[in-house]
Amino acid sequence: MLSKFKGDTLYFIVFSLVLFVIVQALISLGVVNNFWRGIIFWGAAITMVTLGLNLIYGFNGQFSLGQYGFYAIGAYASADITYRWVHGDASGLAVVIFGSILSLVFYALVAAGLRRFYNVSTMTKFTAYTLATILAFWIVAGFLKGPLTSMAMGVVGNMPPKIEQNVVFFFALLGGALLAGIASFLFGIPVLELGSDYFGIATLGFTIIIKVLLDNTDTILGFPEMKGARGMIGIPKWTTWPWVFVSFMFVVIVMRNLLHSSTGRAILSVREDERAATLVGIDVASVKILAFVVGSFFAGLAGGIRAHDLAFLHPQSFNFIQSFNPLIIVVLGGLGSMTGTILTGFLWIILLEGALRLYLPAGFETWRFVVYPLILLLMMLLRPEGLFGQYELPFLRRPLPAPRKKQAAKEVAQ
Amino acid sequence: MKGRPEGLPAEVEARPVVLEIHDMTHFFGNLRAVHDFNLTLKHGELVGLIGPNGAGKTTVFNLITGVYVPTEGEIFFRGVNITGLPSFEIIQMGIARTFQNIRLFSNLSVLDNVRIAYHPHAGYSLWDTIVRNHRFQEKEAELTERAQEFLAIFGLEERQNDIAGSLPYGLQRRLEIARALATRPQLLILDEPAAGMNPQEIDELMDLIHFIRERFDLTILLVEHRMRLVMNICEWLTVMDFGEIIAQGLPEEVRNNPRVVEAYLGRQAIEIK
Repeated sequence: MLSKFKGDTLYFIVFSLVLFVIVQALISLGVVNNFWRGIIFWGAAITMVTLGLNLIYGFNGQFSLGQYGFYAIGAYASADITYRWVHGDASGLAVVIFGSILSLVFYALVAAGLRRFYNVSTMTKFTAYTLATILAFWIVAGFLKGPLTSMAMGVVGNMPPKIEQNVVFFFALLGGALLAGIASFLFGIPVLELGSDYFGIATLGFTIIIKVLLDNTDTILGFPEMKGARGMIGIPKWTTWPWVFVSFMFVVIVMRNLLHSSTGRAILSVREDERAATLVGIDVASVKILAFVVGSFFAGLAGGIRAHDLAFLHPQSFNFIQSFNPLIIVVLGGLGSMTGTILTGFLWIILLEGALRLYLPAGFETWRFVVYPLILLLMMLLRPEGLFGQYELPFLRRPLPAPRKKQAAKEVAQ
Repeated sequence: MKGRPEGLPAEVEARPVVLEIHDMTHFFGNLRAVHDFNLTLKHGELVGLIGPNGAGKTTVFNLITGVYVPTEGEIFFRGVNITGLPSFEIIQMGIARTFQNIRLFSNLSVLDNVRIAYHPHAGYSLWDTIVRNHRFQEKEAELTERAQEFLAIFGLEERQNDIAGSLPYGLQRRLEIARALATRPQLLILDEPAAGMNPQEIDELMDLIHFIRERFDLTILLVEHRMRLVMNICEWLTVMDFGEIIAQGLPEEVRNNPRVVEAYLGRQAIEIK
């Protein structure tokens, strides 16, 4: 099976599998204790969030502070699905998954419908897609909830417990990520039209809105199990190393494949010069939305992973101060460098959340907000391109096509 | 016919119309940048648009390519009304342009600059991209091959993996034209292609323009300040001043038209003459 892959790809697969086995062995043997296991999982989650941000900011050039908002959506949505499930209620799973699927179906219809019209304004598009989403969830939650819930219960609930848990967890992660993607799609349609700086401010607003909504989940949103500003407890602790590894690899590989393609080049061209990109025939608005939605999908997935490791969610962990974390990591690691983001993301959590707490005197963590800006300032002065600049590991590097054979070149010249 | 000078050869007049602009007017706030602009281009023509600074030439280009939507008037491309279409659709229909100040994707490679222009014709979906199936590999290789052929035509193949921003000025111009042509246009709009070039580079540019016109069967509209270039290669000219057309005619006629001389040199110049 491996013979299909060649060169860097093969090395990458072998290296990842070895890494997977080593970490799994260390965890199973108890060499890595619960604290450090949590740190590794956390590092992976933050790195996934940050890779998403790098796609949006580093590769597509849209300065975003909204990444933690989508992280929060993914975390809360997936946590709610599993929470309800362990309390014998499959409605969370049914509504989120089928609602999202129906929304996507409606989006396809709306897109086909809008294509018939000339020059549709942004607000019209936004309204059409928002109504489609509301309609989809209204149909699923209002009319189909009963049958879908009993169907989900019937199909998944009859599986052996071990399999059942993993299937539910899979759908919970998927549901969280899908919801984050849908939210970013709707939010992105009007807001990505703004210039880069205004987009940044709007996304900051988005993070704040999400935080305020999370503070009031039990009152205005009507999810008593989320317990508002007191924090959600009782989330099953289902995140294991294989889940972290698979999700992480999914993010890395999808992002790498996306970037090393025609679409990826279109994403880069938008960062380089939007005007020039439009005038070589690239649909800049769609490219921006694509990058934004994929980046947010990654964040939502990371949210699910984190929620089921921590087993406790608090709105305070998603406030806008926190949303600067991925931004700092992405700038430190190098805008437009996946390798930089991956290494810096893990180092960031391992050093600042792990080592700092263990080896430095208590109370030092309150200095974090003095240390972060200093690091960022020094970085900007000394190495503005980031620690790794544009460097990439061989697997993640953009392929440089070989020149054509001389013979062929001559024929064309003649 | 409106928007064309009299007395062009009958053979040219018999060709199909490529671009037709009807009474186009555009306002920026209260400023009338373009007024009652008429232009009709036939297949295979090479036409110049000239005028002093601020005459509205670049605005006309931006109106044709959909950067702005005209306040009044209509634009037809091969019989299709393109007024108000988004830029990228107009480009995909077959109009390409270059910029007054070169706008390459300067941190990307020379090859990628051309490959980006192929994006609408890439031929594989997002799903193919993510799962890396056979279709992706095939189409991507084909796309790269075509882009390389393209670079070979423009003598840039040796530098395909160089960063576009690192090329010398003349080659950047070439690459920009190559990138515009990679979108497979029928109409090419060149905005001051000779800006910042020395006489020798201008000679090369003239050769290049003639060459691409034959090779890609193009209709070309160009804005230029360098009279040497304009007078040498354009078949006929449209002269603008303060947003209005003040003359349309063959290069010789335009050169001796008193309104044109006045627009460029002022009234006194005529008196001295």
